[in-house]
Amino acid sequence: MNGWKKSGRGPKLRLVATMEPQEVVVLRGLIGEVREMLAARTAETPADELAELTGIRTGSSVPPEDKVLARLLPEFSRDDPALAGALRSLHEPALIEAKEGAAVAVLDTLPDGGGRIELTVEQADAWLAALNDVRLALGTALDISEDMPDDLPDDDPRTAHLGVYHWLTFVQDALVQSRLQVKF
Amino acid sequence: MPAPLPVPTRQVEEVTDEAASADTPWQAIVWNDPVNLMSYVTYVLQKLFGYPEPKATALMLDVHHKGKAAVSSGDKDKIEGDVAKLHAAGLWATMQRT
Repeated sequence: MNGWKKSGRGPKLRLVATMEPQEVVVLRGLIGEVREMLAARTAETPADELAELTGIRTGSSVPPEDKVLARLLPEFSRDDPALAGALRSLHEPALIEAKEGAAVAVLDTLPDGGGRIELTVEQADAWLAALNDVRLALGTALDISEDMPDDLPDDDPRTAHLGVYHWLTFVQDALVQSRLQVKF
Repeated sequence: MPAPLPVPTRQVEEVTDEAASADTPWQAIVWNDPVNLMSYVTYVLQKLFGYPEPKATALMLDVHHKGKAAVSSGDKDKIEGDVAKLHAAGLWATMQRT
């Protein structure tokens, strides 16, 4: 992955990059893990009879205990727990669905065995959201902080994962720069 | 947001929050977080709210330097929808009365 470039124009405009086979494997794996976490959260709050009757799904009103899931599914309010609970219950199923949709959009456009990736602007937007979710998940798990050094001591168990995190940062930032050259 | 990534350096006229007035009692607040990229936050504010690039950049810099910024204001339903969209984009956002 050496970054993204624009190709074509108008309806044929694409954002293009190539990925190594190993990069595809890593990205698929991380996206799969985020999907599994979100699916487990959904399974915690199965649709009840009322939801099946009305077609209106509601989720849990309580934030996830797991810190990664809690970061992916934030609270609506800091100072009003009742409001936060009510809005979480109302919006969380759709939020999980949106994240799942973005994740699947990436999996659908990733070339197995590596190779060329060509994204429409709409697909690029989905990629940006999904890459952000993966970085949020990994960054939260690694306790990334503002003043995190680029390299950790060799004996830090996070060292290997930090390289993956930095790679995701590069892929996302390069795609944002490319995307920002296209009109909204 | 991590500091070392490149930031657009275009001159920004004024750094102001989307401030509230009497008839816009709710605000969507975006909080600083160590993962979200400055470039990505600017992109999200342009895409979700249609803000011009200088305004999106000014709000992003407020988030980065002051820890938070009010990025939209309006009635409760509108702000609830705005926060839901910000969550879908992965930003750390909440809503509050002004």
